[in-house]
Amino acid sequence: MAVASSHLVYITPRMRSRHFALFLSVTPLTKMAAARPPFCGRRLPLTRPRSKMALASVLRSELPEFNKSLIKFNKIFPEDSEAIPEIVRDPPGPPRVLAAPPWGVEAAPEGPGFQMLHGTTTLAFKSPAGVTVAVDSRATAGSYIASQSVLKVLPINARILGTMAGGAADCSFWQRLVARQCRVQELRNKEPVSVAAASKLLANLVYQYKGMGLSLGTMVCGWDKRGPALYYVDSEGQRVAGRAFAVGSGSSYAYGVLDRGLAGAAATAEAACALARRAIYQAARRDAYSGGRVRVFHVGPQGWREESADDVAALQERYGE
Amino acid sequence: MEYLIGIQGPDYVLVAADTVAATSIIQMKHDHDKMFKMSEKILLLCVGEPGDTVQFAEYIQKNVQLYKMRNGYELSPTAAANFTRRNLADYLRSRTPYHVNLLLAGYDDHEGPALYYMDYLAALAKAPFAAHGYGAFLTLSILDRYYKPGITREEAVELLKKCLEELQKRFILNLTSFNARFIDKEGIHEVDNIPLTKVES
Repeated sequence: MAVASSHLVYITPRMRSRHFALFLSVTPLTKMAAARPPFCGRRLPLTRPRSKMALASVLRSELPEFNKSLIKFNKIFPEDSEAIPEIVRDPPGPPRVLAAPPWGVEAAPEGPGFQMLHGTTTLAFKSPAGVTVAVDSRATAGSYIASQSVLKVLPINARILGTMAGGAADCSFWQRLVARQCRVQELRNKEPVSVAAASKLLANLVYQYKGMGLSLGTMVCGWDKRGPALYYVDSEGQRVAGRAFAVGSGSSYAYGVLDRGLAGAAATAEAACALARRAIYQAARRDAYSGGRVRVFHVGPQGWREESADDVAALQERYGE
Repeated sequence: MEYLIGIQGPDYVLVAADTVAATSIIQMKHDHDKMFKMSEKILLLCVGEPGDTVQFAEYIQKNVQLYKMRNGYELSPTAAANFTRRNLADYLRSRTPYHVNLLLAGYDDHEGPALYYMDYLAALAKAPFAAHGYGAFLTLSILDRYYKPGITREEAVELLKKCLEELQKRFILNLTSFNARFIDKEGIHEVDNIPLTKVES
């Protein structure tokens, strides 16, 4: 798109390539050929070791600066097994690229490229009354608390909920895609989609990207014609049905409270919600990466609804610690 | 972590697997079934990388069913095992190898019972008994010592119990529950009286 201005654009090495593209678009067409990119890869000091992962320069999630905060995360979502024989791995050295970007390799990134929800606690469990889902609302980037009010429950439709743990963008994008596919399936079959089908759709989708850096640990909870249903799906490709799950860096703390109280919480929806709230609260107390507000949802035969949203500090007064 | 075992007798195959589905240090599920039914008389026991197991096993399962639909009769255990191994081998040197360890157990009306051991490098071996996982290090010698070719069903269950009790005693991980199945000319039957009861999920 040619614009009337004819100013010369100085591109300094500090500019990012995407800014360069913007400048390129306002340079008149006659100058386009002359405006060559000033950096072409070799001259840049690459201070960080390159990752072998596909799309590494975009995702930037395997770079060393993330590794410290990834310790907890890697325990939950371990990397690919090292037992795969050497012959099928990429050979050591710079990663293969299909085509070099036209303006050379991107400059070394300054700061985290995007936020990941490493730290979180989410849980869900089934009871005859339905499925109770509880989440915290803290988002961290390393040791910085990026937000205390993240919505970690994503509705797939009126009867099915998905939770978010891992990468926020991964979770919300893929679950929205699954929501769309579920709606199409419902329109085609004239029957509400089952939770098993919704979770299988999600599991098959993320399996295609296995090993490419997706980070997703979600529970698909809903009520379908077979009753309450709960599935855990993650970016490793695992998909299991179960009665109770907790996901996230605080999951082990939540499991403790949840498992010990499950026997008594099956009676009513209120008791189930109280147990869920307490389990997330205890996890938020122990896990540094969980906190904010505790949101509790309940999925019954009529669909899901939010039962409560309490600040952790308010719960501390209520539980009297 | 995960454990599979198979024992072949004169007219049956006994297979068992643990029922724990774990992620890092957490047991997510206590009653996870790792046996996939390929056909009326063939079972595929599959352990390994979390997503690969289900995806690969279901892929083989659907293909075996497709063969039956197209041709009107079921694949024999030998053919199914070789088909499975072929797929493992084809994907081994691709960008997406399947990291799965398998036991395929079946009964053929002409050939009799068969137990096949396969691993993630696409090795295939027909064996009278086999095991996968760390538990195999503890139990293969028990199978060597007490197995005999004409082993009866009761003896096979006793041998299985010996193996599982050894795991309880010496294996560092807590594998509390297993499920076991017989395959014979009547089909697939569940075994109820193995020593460790299933834990309520």
